[in-house]
Amino acid sequence: MSKYSMHLLVCGGTSCHASESDAIVCSLRDELEANGLMDSVQVILTGCFGFCEKGPIVKVMPDNTIYVKVKPEDAQTIVEEHVIKGRKVTRLLFKDPVTREPVSDSMHMGFFKKQLRVVLRNCGFINPENIDEYIARDGYQALGKVLTEMTPEEVIKEVKDSGQRGRGGAGFSTGLKWELARKNQSDEKYVVCNADEGDPGAFMDRSVLEGDPHSVLEAMAICGYSIGAANGLIYIRAEYPLAIERLKIAINQAREYGLLGNNIFGTGFSFDIILRFGAGAFVCGEETALIHSMEGLRGEPTVKPPFPAEAGYRNKPTNVNNVETFAAIPAIILKGAQWFSSIGTEKSKGTKVFALAGKINNVGLIEVPMGTTLREVIFEIGGGIRNGKKFKGIQTGGPSGGCLSEKHLDTPIDFDNLIAAGSIMGSGAMIVLDEDDCMVSMAKFFLEFTVEESCGKCAPCRIGNKRLHELLGQICDGKGILADLDRLKNMSLVIKDTSLCGLGQTSPNPVLSMLDNYYDEYVAHVTDKKCPAGQCRSLMEYVINPDNCVGCTACARVCPVNAITGERKEVHLINPAICIKCGACIEKCKFDAIFIR
Amino acid sequence: MSKITSLADLIKRREEIEKGTGTLNATNPENIVQVKVAMATCGIASGAKTIMEFFSEQLERRNVAAVVTQTGCMGYCYAEPTIEVKLPREEPVVFGFVDLKRADQIIEKYIKAGELVDGIIPVNYQTIDLKA
Repeated sequence: MSKYSMHLLVCGGTSCHASESDAIVCSLRDELEANGLMDSVQVILTGCFGFCEKGPIVKVMPDNTIYVKVKPEDAQTIVEEHVIKGRKVTRLLFKDPVTREPVSDSMHMGFFKKQLRVVLRNCGFINPENIDEYIARDGYQALGKVLTEMTPEEVIKEVKDSGQRGRGGAGFSTGLKWELARKNQSDEKYVVCNADEGDPGAFMDRSVLEGDPHSVLEAMAICGYSIGAANGLIYIRAEYPLAIERLKIAINQAREYGLLGNNIFGTGFSFDIILRFGAGAFVCGEETALIHSMEGLRGEPTVKPPFPAEAGYRNKPTNVNNVETFAAIPAIILKGAQWFSSIGTEKSKGTKVFALAGKINNVGLIEVPMGTTLREVIFEIGGGIRNGKKFKGIQTGGPSGGCLSEKHLDTPIDFDNLIAAGSIMGSGAMIVLDEDDCMVSMAKFFLEFTVEESCGKCAPCRIGNKRLHELLGQICDGKGILADLDRLKNMSLVIKDTSLCGLGQTSPNPVLSMLDNYYDEYVAHVTDKKCPAGQCRSLMEYVINPDNCVGCTACARVCPVNAITGERKEVHLINPAICIKCGACIEKCKFDAIFIR
Repeated sequence: MSKITSLADLIKRREEIEKGTGTLNATNPENIVQVKVAMATCGIASGAKTIMEFFSEQLERRNVAAVVTQTGCMGYCYAEPTIEVKLPREEPVVFGFVDLKRADQIIEKYIKAGELVDGIIPVNYQTIDLKA
């Protein structure tokens, strides 16, 4: 029905854009024009293909040919050879990294797609408020299979064999956790879904609950069958109103269909799920604190053991898993442990969802096999750093994680590698930092969060983090001394060693990793009283360059504290003792005469 | 809706849905345009609701047989609002940065005439097939 018989798609992603995609579009159009093909072939600028390393990319439709590293000069060849004569331009095809053979068809370029959607298999495809759409994509088949064909022990074995580790942060084996909960005998047991997503920059759980709530419900029922529980609870923060709404709808629909409730699939197994709302305290993501909060108590952690698998909600054996952990379960059951464990690295199986944020071009929600490198995530899928700036670091695992630098870019991401590098997987937030970010300020920012969110129960976390934050503040203000860096480190280690729960045990991670990876920057703050990134206000000095200043008085007039003096048509001067570094003068100056030192 | 009381029931139900006797789904309708709007919190915050209303209203007004549904996050935060359009017998196409102007273009050019318009987001991931 289209008047066009062929489409040329040119990648207009930011990274390709920088390397002349506009010029490519122009020259392709010129060539088509010259050959009188403008009415039958259309050139289109698209979003990022996620293959920036080989960009700019041109895709020919309908035959799905992908050309890589295309230059504007190649337009003539593409039009003359491919469009007119129907012959593929071999030299522009992607060469298979293994066989060195050129690959012509994007359908067979699996490696070209870095992402693999397991947890996000339905997100963005189905209407989350319609259970039929979930069923059409094999929804509740896994529950059916488990209830009719498998014993609880077999299910646990399958999950154990899959090698899946908890996606909430700590990376404990899911199957083992289920096994422990199964072994503890009790008249009542509980399955809890931890949807208390609190890391700044993390939104994968929200996305799953908003996009595919049934996958979590189904997995919770599977877990209930495995451990011998009839009741499930989802602990979700009240700040996620849409996720709550869609969960409510999903639970009601599942009940109507008899997929939750009594005698599911006529097997005698009964399971139901209710929601519990949290008030949005970060510490309630810790499982013991979460359980106390559900019981109506203060959201404070308690010492483990006893683990929730022994005495959890209402003192009964309880299994707590994260949203993402659950969402993968139906796929593991249907496709098998072997399939799941074939993805990923030796000790971290499957895929991981990451929320990519910060100074990156393609901010988004991505899912990659474990073992993908940070470089692939940032520069391929993420499309590189915004505004062509230089990559400086990436904070993984939110405020509990560490900041990894350039030297870690080729580290395959998995639980153990991240720990070895001084960070953690955490929930999967990834915040990308560029050359303009100050690593002392960043550490201070994350500490500010943990100080706010510390429940205050144990002294190392309550007092220690506060002191860490103060020290970092002093360093930012130019009042730090070299010995402070050792104090930062020592105090961090003590907090890690002595805190009661995961919050305090991980909160110094940003400080430690940044000290480790950006030590020179910390030294610059305390010895030279300089902030190399130009972020710490107290360490900045606004100066007028006498060569550029024409004495127009614009800066002096806009200065709110009258720190600038000078006669008309003569060079002006900023008094650093009065200057509050608001930056108003820089914005006003038309002669680029004011700079920050 | 009657209860699903056995695994066989569930399988039957799925087949019904696939055949199109159930509610509309990506797998069934042959002769109808399907528009899915990414309506997670973040999509809605960047204007997805307006876009969804626009498509519902305008497709009807312009006599295009279509069904407009909401879906969850497609993952392209940088390009919100995002929509997916599936023309009959065609592969679905995702468009990003959909404002009202682009929405209008999508209806007039892509949906009505099959011409691609700028803002396409290429599929950059692999999916799994649970049946395999």
